[in-house]
Amino acid sequence: MIPLQATVIGLVAVGALAVVLTRDLIRLAMASSLYALLLVVLFLVLQAPDVALSELVVGAVGFPLAIVVAISLERKG
Amino acid sequence: MSYLPYALAVWIFVVGLYGVVTSRNLIHLAVCLSVMQSSTYVLLLSIGYLNGATAPIFADVPKGTRAVDPVVQALALTDVVVSVTVLALLLALAIQVQKRTETLDPDELRAMRG
Amino acid sequence: MSRGLRLGLFAVSAAGLTALLLWGVAGLPDFGHYRGPYGFVLNASAPGERHVTNVVAAVVFDYRGFDTLGEEFILFASVMGVALLLRDVRDDPGRRDDAMRSDAVRMVGLGFAAVLLVTGLYVVAHGYLTPGGGFQGGVVVASAFILVYLAGEYRAYRRLTPTAAVDVFEGSGAGGYAVIGVVSLLLGSAFLHNFGPLGTSGTLASGGSIAFLNVASALEVSAAFMLLFTEFLEELSALRPEARS
Repeated sequence: MIPLQATVIGLVAVGALAVVLTRDLIRLAMASSLYALLLVVLFLVLQAPDVALSELVVGAVGFPLAIVVAISLERKG
Repeated sequence: MSYLPYALAVWIFVVGLYGVVTSRNLIHLAVCLSVMQSSTYVLLLSIGYLNGATAPIFADVPKGTRAVDPVVQALALTDVVVSVTVLALLLALAIQVQKRTETLDPDELRAMRG
Repeated sequence: MSRGLRLGLFAVSAAGLTALLLWGVAGLPDFGHYRGPYGFVLNASAPGERHVTNVVAAVVFDYRGFDTLGEEFILFASVMGVALLLRDVRDDPGRRDDAMRSDAVRMVGLGFAAVLLVTGLYVVAHGYLTPGGGFQGGVVVASAFILVYLAGEYRAYRRLTPTAAVDVFEGSGAGGYAVIGVVSLLLGSAFLHNFGPLGTSGTLASGGSIAFLNVASALEVSAAFMLLFTEFLEELSALRPEARS
C-alpha cells in the first residue's frame, strides 16, 4: 500500500465525517461536493477512471444542484 | 494495514448511519444516505484492486499488461448514477412533506395524520 | 422515547454493527491481492472478442448489458416518481425576473455551454475507446443546458428544453435500449447479444452493438437529468409569490 493511497484514504474518512457533521444547508451543498471530489481522487488512485468520471460529473452537477434547489424550495414554501 | 480500505468502507457506513439517526433536517438526512451509499463504491473498488496493475483500458498500453478487475468498476459506475437519482426522489418527497406539514424535522413528524 | 435514550441505544447497536462488519470484512483477501478469475479472463479476452479498448464499457454494455437495462429503468422510474410528486396542478407559471445581470457571467457562461455540449458529445462517442461512455457524457450534456439557466435566465432554458421533446428523448433512450436487445433476439441469438460488424479495434467503428447501446443510454441519462432539473425549477417558479401578477 503506497503512501499516496493511505493519505487519500485518510482524507476521505475525514471528509465523510465533515459532511455528516455539517448542519447548515448551504455549507452542506459545498461539503458534499468537496467529498465527491475526494472520492474522485480515491477512485483514480485505485485505477478506476470510468468510475472517477462518473463521480466527478455527478458530484459537480447532480448533487449541488439538487441540494440547492431543495434549499430554495424549503425557504419559499 | 492491508485491510485499511475495507475499514474505510465500514467507517463511512457507520458515520453515515450516525448522520441519518441524529439528523434534524430531511435534506441533511438524504445527503447522509448518499454518504452511506458511497461506502459501497469504496468496498467494491478495493476488492478488485491488484498491486502494480493499471486501469482496464487498453488504448495505449499493450494488450497483455496486468489490469484491475473491470467487473466491479462496471457495478460501481451504474451505482454512482443511480445514487443521484435516488437523492432527487428523496428531495422531492421532502418538499412534499414540507408543503403538507410546514416542517422538515423528522422528530416532529411523529404520527401519521389521516 | 426521548432523544437521549435513542442516542444511547444507537451507540450500543452501532458498536455491535461495527464489530460485525469489521469481522466480516477481515475475511476478504488482502487488499491488492485480487484472486478472482473473472477479471483476468475478461481483460485477456474482451479486447480480442469485441474489438473495444475500454473493457469496462464492454462489460457494462455487452457482457452485463442486462444489468444496465435495469439501471436505465431505475432512472426512468425515479424521474417518473419525481414528476408525479411535483407535477400536480399548478396555475399559470408567471413571469420570473431572474435574468443574470452581470454581462461577464453571461458571456463566459453561455460560451462555455457550447464547449460543454461538444465535450459531452465527445465523451459519449468515445466511450468504448477511452474512459467515458453513455452515463458520464449524458450528464455532461445535461449540464450544458443547465449552464444556460445558471448563466442566463429561466425562460431561455425553458425555450431550449421543451418538456414534450425531452420526454420523447428520454422514452426513446430507455425504450431504444430494449429494442436493440430485441433486434438481437430477432437475429437468432440471445437477448442483448452483440451483433453487427465488429470493426477495427481503436477506431470509432468497433464494438458492434456496443456503440448503439452507448448512444441509447446517453440519450436517456441526459434527458432524465434535464427533466429532473426542470421539475424542480417549475416547482420553484410556481411558489414564488411575486411571480403572480
